[in-house]
Amino acid sequence: MSEADTVPMAVAERSRIPRWLVNSAAPLIGAVAGLAIGAVLIRLTGANPLQAYATMLSGAFGGPRQITETILKASPLLLVGLGLTAAFRARVWNIGGEGQYYMGALCGGIVALFCANWPRPLLLAAMLLAGVAGGVAWALIAAVLKIRRGMSEIISTLMLNYIAILVMQYMARGPLQEPGGYLPESAQFAASTRLPVLLGSRIHLGVLIAVLFVPVVYALLWSTPLGFRLRAVGSRESVARYAGIHVERAILFALAFSGALAGLAGIIEVSTLHTRLKAEISGGYGFSGVLVALLGRMHPVGVAIASFFFAALIIGAQSMHVVSGLPDALANAIQAVIVLCVLAADALARRRQS
Amino acid sequence: MDWKLVLNWAFVTALVTAGIRLAIPVLLAVLGETVTERAGVLNLGLEGVMAVGAVTGFLVAFLLQKGPLGAWSSWAGLLAGMAAGMAMGLILSVLSISLKADQVICGVTLVVFGQGLANYVYRQASSSLTARVPGMQPVPIPLLSRIPVLGGILFTHDPTVYLTVALVYLVWLFLFRTNWGLSIRAVGENPAAAETSGLNVNAIRYAATLIGTALAGLGGAVLTVVQLRMFREGITGGRGWIAVALVIFARWQPKLALVGALLFGLADSVQYRIQALSQVERGMRTVPYEFLLMLPYVLTILALLYRSNRSDAPAALGRAYDKSAD
Repeated sequence: MSEADTVPMAVAERSRIPRWLVNSAAPLIGAVAGLAIGAVLIRLTGANPLQAYATMLSGAFGGPRQITETILKASPLLLVGLGLTAAFRARVWNIGGEGQYYMGALCGGIVALFCANWPRPLLLAAMLLAGVAGGVAWALIAAVLKIRRGMSEIISTLMLNYIAILVMQYMARGPLQEPGGYLPESAQFAASTRLPVLLGSRIHLGVLIAVLFVPVVYALLWSTPLGFRLRAVGSRESVARYAGIHVERAILFALAFSGALAGLAGIIEVSTLHTRLKAEISGGYGFSGVLVALLGRMHPVGVAIASFFFAALIIGAQSMHVVSGLPDALANAIQAVIVLCVLAADALARRRQS
Repeated sequence: MDWKLVLNWAFVTALVTAGIRLAIPVLLAVLGETVTERAGVLNLGLEGVMAVGAVTGFLVAFLLQKGPLGAWSSWAGLLAGMAAGMAMGLILSVLSISLKADQVICGVTLVVFGQGLANYVYRQASSSLTARVPGMQPVPIPLLSRIPVLGGILFTHDPTVYLTVALVYLVWLFLFRTNWGLSIRAVGENPAAAETSGLNVNAIRYAATLIGTALAGLGGAVLTVVQLRMFREGITGGRGWIAVALVIFARWQPKLALVGALLFGLADSVQYRIQALSQVERGMRTVPYEFLLMLPYVLTILALLYRSNRSDAPAALGRAYDKSAD
């Protein structure tokens, strides 16, 4: 899938275009093309694209507050995208990040609601671990279905997305609803459950955790036997199996790991931003995370850049919506166009090489 | 739960009638994807294709309803949905057939693109979120519709239901009894051999993908123009993904696709009916409505659990055809 795996080394070396250039040029070309198509969409609605983009830019980077907002938005995308990077390297197409995020939020949220009087370090650790556990458990359903019954993880993780959101909706309206409350949401979490923030800013521990996973995933993929196995399964499953790699175990790990990070993102977001459980706690991180992993070329550093860029697009589109009334759904369309352009640029580069 | 409210003729009749209706958008997408996959192209973008078809169809029907073409606005909407679906199919074809990009990745990205585009266009074009279109009246089939019970269930539907059911037979005829169908299947099973015997593999795959996305776009349009008569974000509700699953369930056979889609339609209908009933009957409130809403998704997983054997899949499914590679 990524050219490192699909283009034989000999071909890559023979070509005139260095691989690192293709790797970084394709996303840039894609970004320009995506923004251009976005400009056409804005123009079609009668607004001025340059003005709209200027609003987006200042909305995402206009000051410390805006930059903080963008960083906060980037961290769940980064976590989900990093998890998916490991899974996609093994060609395990977990597109259930959304459901795993919800389950992480739910399990972690239950700890936050019922264990608020625990000592704070213990409470926070238990909360985050419960979030991880929720995400892992939800992803493992898909893993078992795939390994035992050969069911495509694409379909199972996707169906589980819808189911997870409905489970959350039910819990927030039913068993976990705030006593005496009218809205379909839980009671607010106690102050002790908020993740600590750094130096009086709004940047919290969750952002730090997300950033820490960049080197962790890098090390996992390229300096551990497990990472080697994941990449081997991804580049050619039959060969990996022949070489004695336990393919099923790799698939299990790929789903569990990506589920863990999505679940972690879920509990971090509800702990720091929403501070209660309800159905509306995600901005489509599951799918945006897929795009982030793809745009970041399934490389942790690329994913970090991509998640920051997408976060800027989302935050920018929100302020564009406030200022000029243009729908912020534009951000999703632009993100997808960018990735489509990158796929095209990649494929073109591959054809020229061969 | 009070079973007397559920186990009576009026309820069951209404349930099955609605189930058939609700099966139609999914059935169209399944039929389309069956053609596409038979040619070896995996289009995972159905959910996005349906969303774009749904919004295009709805807006065209909405804008035309007050004009001189008002009487034809629904049909125009359905055609527009097909055309929009084909436009999406063209994007996918260029990427995954001509440029040979990974079909799984292209499909998933196409879903996000389609949903983002649909939501953007709708919110931009329609200032009021309560916009409605007239929809289509049921056309009872003479004589047949007067058969007791069955007449109401099977022969009192809007035209899209009859046309789609006829399409099941037509797609089967097309795939298994025409030369075109033979070419499509040949290209999906063994593209190299097909090429040797003089077929243009990529052209046939383009055609099959466009047919598939036209039907998926139509399915989306039927949903908004004829059935729900409105558009909102996420209105396709996973139907495109369910269609992808049902193609596997139906073993790439149009006739089994009908069975799969009806199963989905019935689950959806059970969910709607019990919800509606629990609004008025306290005895029905034992099951939280969220669990009813889960039914179609759970059923899809169960359906694949029952039949997840892929040995019937076209042999070259999901792989781009590369002449130099063989």
